[in-house]
Amino acid sequence: MRYVPPGQPDSVVPVEARYENFIGGKWIAPTDGKYRVDLSPATAGSITEVPHSTPADIELALDAAHAAKDAWGEMPAAGRAEVLNAIADAIEKNKEMLAVAESWENGKPVRETLAADVPLLVDHFRYFAAAARAEEGRSTEIEKDLVAYHFREPLGVVGQIIPFNFPLLMAGWKLAPALAAGNCSVIKPASPTPWSILKLMETIEDVLPPGVINVVNGPGGQIGKALATNPRIAKISFTGETVTGRLIMQYAAQNLIPSTVELGGKSPNIFFGDVMARDDDFLSKAVEGLVLYAFNKGEVCTCPSRALIQEDIYDEFMARCLDRIAAIKQGNPLDTETQVGPQVSADQLEKIASYVEIGRGEGAEVLTGGQRAAVGGEFADGYYFQPTVLRGDNKMRVFQEEIFGPVLAATTFRDDAEALAIANDTLYGLGAGVWTRDGTRAYQMGRAIKAGRVWTNCYHQYPAGAAFGGYKISGIGRENHRMMLDHYSQTKNLLVSYSNKPLGLF
Amino acid sequence: MSQTEPDRVTATPAAREAIARLRAAEGRPVMFAQSGGCCAGSTPMCYPGGELLVGDADVLLGEIDGCLFYIDRRLDEAWHQDQFILDVVAGEPEGFSLPAGDNLHFVTRTPVCALPAAPAAAG
Repeated sequence: MRYVPPGQPDSVVPVEARYENFIGGKWIAPTDGKYRVDLSPATAGSITEVPHSTPADIELALDAAHAAKDAWGEMPAAGRAEVLNAIADAIEKNKEMLAVAESWENGKPVRETLAADVPLLVDHFRYFAAAARAEEGRSTEIEKDLVAYHFREPLGVVGQIIPFNFPLLMAGWKLAPALAAGNCSVIKPASPTPWSILKLMETIEDVLPPGVINVVNGPGGQIGKALATNPRIAKISFTGETVTGRLIMQYAAQNLIPSTVELGGKSPNIFFGDVMARDDDFLSKAVEGLVLYAFNKGEVCTCPSRALIQEDIYDEFMARCLDRIAAIKQGNPLDTETQVGPQVSADQLEKIASYVEIGRGEGAEVLTGGQRAAVGGEFADGYYFQPTVLRGDNKMRVFQEEIFGPVLAATTFRDDAEALAIANDTLYGLGAGVWTRDGTRAYQMGRAIKAGRVWTNCYHQYPAGAAFGGYKISGIGRENHRMMLDHYSQTKNLLVSYSNKPLGLF
Repeated sequence: MSQTEPDRVTATPAAREAIARLRAAEGRPVMFAQSGGCCAGSTPMCYPGGELLVGDADVLLGEIDGCLFYIDRRLDEAWHQDQFILDVVAGEPEGFSLPAGDNLHFVTRTPVCALPAAPAAAG
């Protein structure tokens, strides 16, 4: 089926002409009254206007968060869990509306937002509602009459800066654990995707205490920096590229606050010869596992953008993969048949094309795709790129740099040792995939790959409860797991003596 | 800090104009740092001069009208790219980067060149 674009008659997504910042539970105009147009990448047409805020708006948001933090932080965990569950219920009730809004603003196909982004967002809030309830302090009997009690206390007000590739889900990944741990948040969406999170706030504003979540849109150089450097935040978290990650950590160091950063990857997806031992469901799953490089048009930090294929199966396995890739449907992101939508911006499209040229220049062979996709009709101006496969060598730049598009760099290996060497020959270590029918090999490879997540006989699954985060320069910290509560709380120790006897020192 | 290769970066006229505007607005030189990784990775970040603390892990690629351009040493090795060209394209900058003008941001272009001789293992 095809959804009507947001804002048009009969669309499931109503669109106002202009949106404001969400601060203290209210819709607040930016202090200097400036807005900018938000575009859909499918048509390059306008969706709405969003604030072009200034640091003064960050201060307003911090005022609201600080006003809310004591009541929220002192609320019993059961109360916070009730709010998180109410958020999840409200999102679930508006699943189609949010899925269509997300798809139209980001370009990702609505089949993905309906099946993955929004359901995962719902589940994420429920997971952290449960985690908040189940959280326990610890006590230790140090001596018979001396007891150490450990309580988890919230940090207070945290700053959160999220990327454009999963605007709603990344908001949830950051907000749910922060709120579960008793913090209030000031969150800055990515510049290309400022709006869908505002639709989310419309959805949940009635169940959310004012000031617990505050959303401010605007240029990163002004308001992102104003948030990250602000002495009124107790922690900063960020997902994006490496230099901003460094800057985030630098600002955190200057304020002596903690930070967590997730900075991308260049994930290897390794296919051992035994995947072709039989022509069965597993083989079909492995073929799909390779083609998942095109999921979310490759705009995924863990995009399996390096395929490492054992040389004895390369020709036949790649032939099957190329058949599957040839069947990919590109087009209207709001058509549930569409598998690959437009890139998020004209700029990303241009960057992807330039990387294919860099690959060609270094001698990579273009097995399929390689240029802008002509989708035609009302999407003729959309930022579509053909699903592309390059065959080459791991030293090439297309194997070393995160392209953030539907571009796969494929190469071969002879044995396990070479597969591992190629897999680890990267600056990054966020994700990896291992495909084999041999459980021992799967375990050994998974443990030896320097990456925070090794999908084994699967890829691109993001269930709450499986820790996600980077090795090497892919970042610091973990998300998507209750250990996130550690990242968003501090430990209070009460060391209590139950003896009335003096120490005897003075 | 490496000061050995100060001439590996050039700028297009549009980039030089943007730098001149930024210098006038900031009242001092800006700086550039080549990024990598997620989202806007591969783009150069532009900051007020001295904003990003650089150290021994950084390589100075060169200077454009008094504005220093750095890259992480590991990234430099992975890119194995002699020359960088700073340019300007439409679109908002990512991260905390200063815009190159109204709805403009900086990009890095690299001349296409052949892969250097690969080590023996990478057959």
